[in-house]
Amino acid sequence: MIEIIDLSKRYGNFTALNSLNLQIEKGSVFGFVGQNGAGKSTTFSILATLLAPTSGTAYINGYNIQKEPKMVRRQLGYMPDFFGVYDQLKAIEYLHFYGASYGIPLAEREKLIPQLLDLVNLAHKKDSYVDLLSRGMKQRLCLARSLIHDPEVLILDEPASGLDPRARVEMREILKELKNMGKTILISSHILPELAEMCDTIGIIDQGKLVAEGSVTEIQAQLKGERLIIVKTYRDIEKGVSFFEDDPNVSKLKIGDEEQTLRFVYKGSDQEQSVLLKKAIINDIAITSFSEIETDLEDVFMEITKGVELS
Amino acid sequence: MKNFVINPVLNKEFKLRFRSFKSFLGILFYLLALGLIIVGFVFIESLSNTTGFFKPDQSRTIFIMLSFLQLALILFITPGLTAGVISSERERQTLNILLTTTQSSASIVLSKLISSLSYLLLLIVASLPLYSFVFLFGGISPGQVLITISFYMFTMLVFGSLGVLFSTLIRKTIVSMVTTYGVTLFLAGGTAFLTIIFMQFANRYGYSATPSTNPLPYFTAMLNPAIILFSTFEPDFIRELTTNTGIKFPLWISYLISYTVIFIAAILLSIKKLRPNMKKG
Ligand SMILES: Nc1ncnc2c1ncn2[C@@H]1O[C@H](COP(=O)(O)OP(=O)(O)O)[C@@H](O)[C@H]1O
Ligand SMILES: [Mg+2]
Repeated sequence: MIEIIDLSKRYGNFTALNSLNLQIEKGSVFGFVGQNGAGKSTTFSILATLLAPTSGTAYINGYNIQKEPKMVRRQLGYMPDFFGVYDQLKAIEYLHFYGASYGIPLAEREKLIPQLLDLVNLAHKKDSYVDLLSRGMKQRLCLARSLIHDPEVLILDEPASGLDPRARVEMREILKELKNMGKTILISSHILPELAEMCDTIGIIDQGKLVAEGSVTEIQAQLKGERLIIVKTYRDIEKGVSFFEDDPNVSKLKIGDEEQTLRFVYKGSDQEQSVLLKKAIINDIAITSFSEIETDLEDVFMEITKGVELS
Repeated sequence: MKNFVINPVLNKEFKLRFRSFKSFLGILFYLLALGLIIVGFVFIESLSNTTGFFKPDQSRTIFIMLSFLQLALILFITPGLTAGVISSERERQTLNILLTTTQSSASIVLSKLISSLSYLLLLIVASLPLYSFVFLFGGISPGQVLITISFYMFTMLVFGSLGVLFSTLIRKTIVSMVTTYGVTLFLAGGTAFLTIIFMQFANRYGYSATPSTNPLPYFTAMLNPAIILFSTFEPDFIRELTTNTGIKFPLWISYLISYTVIFIAAILLSIKKLRPNMKKG
């Protein structure tokens, strides 16, 4: 389980991460989506005890990242977005090295490593030098490495980025297998559809803030043209509330913070929206303004779905 | 202790270093160079020598010469071997992953230090047979050889710990190297220079009516490995220093103490700074 509480990170005046709150249940897969520079890697580095937060904190399986970093490391398998490998080390030696770094005895490693190599389809490459492997293979080897101490929680920073489509599919199959093994997985991507299929929940991060969170279907519904509408009246706001509530395309209706305003999410077409406005006026709702709010979300969605067909 | 001997970092570094052919070429060339110097020296000596025999005091001269040569080599190579151990992993993006393992910072720092110095140690051990003339021709006691080797190992550890420290504190290997070489140059050359300057002061004021003492040169001399090495051969050499400074405490013990303090401070600081302090961002 991962619990992130009010987590912030500032570099000088620049806020890379802004009061992030997140709860990821045991055994679930959470997709962390945001364009480049949104703050994904910053979040992951903090969770992996590699970077100190400016404020806020987080727990991995109940262990605090600041007070019990060593216990956190034991719980956590971490795969960074960019990583290097030691040259002159064979794939099998690479895994032995990290296994030993977690204090796993040799006899146990000798049983474990072939299984891990099998899992990531690299059994045939066990005696190849790591720096000579293809990017996809290195990525999979690094994934195997992050599993070596059998961590309950996996944090994978863009494991599919920079891979060709075939390698991407291969990676996705492995991740599905990990999900079936019951691991809690936090995985990031700058492309939403890449994660859609395999995540239970998606969180969308933009400029260090979580701007949306929900199941894949919820997020996709928002993607398919929902809009936020604000209505101002000069009297009888309650009448407006009961009128708009009756429309089947309206949801999440709320009285606004300002007096005599209300807001709701609308998922009808443009034509339906125009009919709705006409009916409202006929019904003597004292409308002074009826406007669609440009949410930041839309821009974000445009970015993270750019150039890909939604499934 | 067992944990430390089978330490994964140590293990891997040994594997990598001794797997490369370059390492063996290095040893070969080093021994060749030292051998040539000895042969050359013996050759020149025997030319100017009327008897044509090699005498104990000449064997002693070779020994002292070789000892300084090896010290220079140690001071020259140690920064190169150690000043990149952490920063180069950072540059090659392998450090992050290593730091997310449960290996303790102390274990990582110490095994990095030891593994990087092991090669230098190997060079020195491999050169031991060249010292056999000492036993053939005399002039130096085997005990002196032992002292010299121990002195090397100690000095190597201290300068190596400085390299590891700068490598931990400084992001770029190149900057870390320059810093480590700078500090090494100061400790090996700068302190000798200062000692000479301070001694001049002492001499000048020595002519006044009351014999005055100036303790300054003592403190620069005790930091200089070359002066310490020389003092193990020529105890007379520091007698002047003792009279000038008025400090009778053995210089080499001061060296041991001050360098041990430097070593411990450098190692502790490296261990502390290897991973970020998660409590303050
Ligand atoms: N060490 C740093 N100093 C200053 N700014 C940084 C540093 N590291 C990251 N940033 C900034 O923080 C923001 C978030 O970066 P990051 O978490 O890597 O984004 P993502 O992984 O989502 O692409 C970026 O704008 C980046 O430029
Ligand atoms: Mg990133």
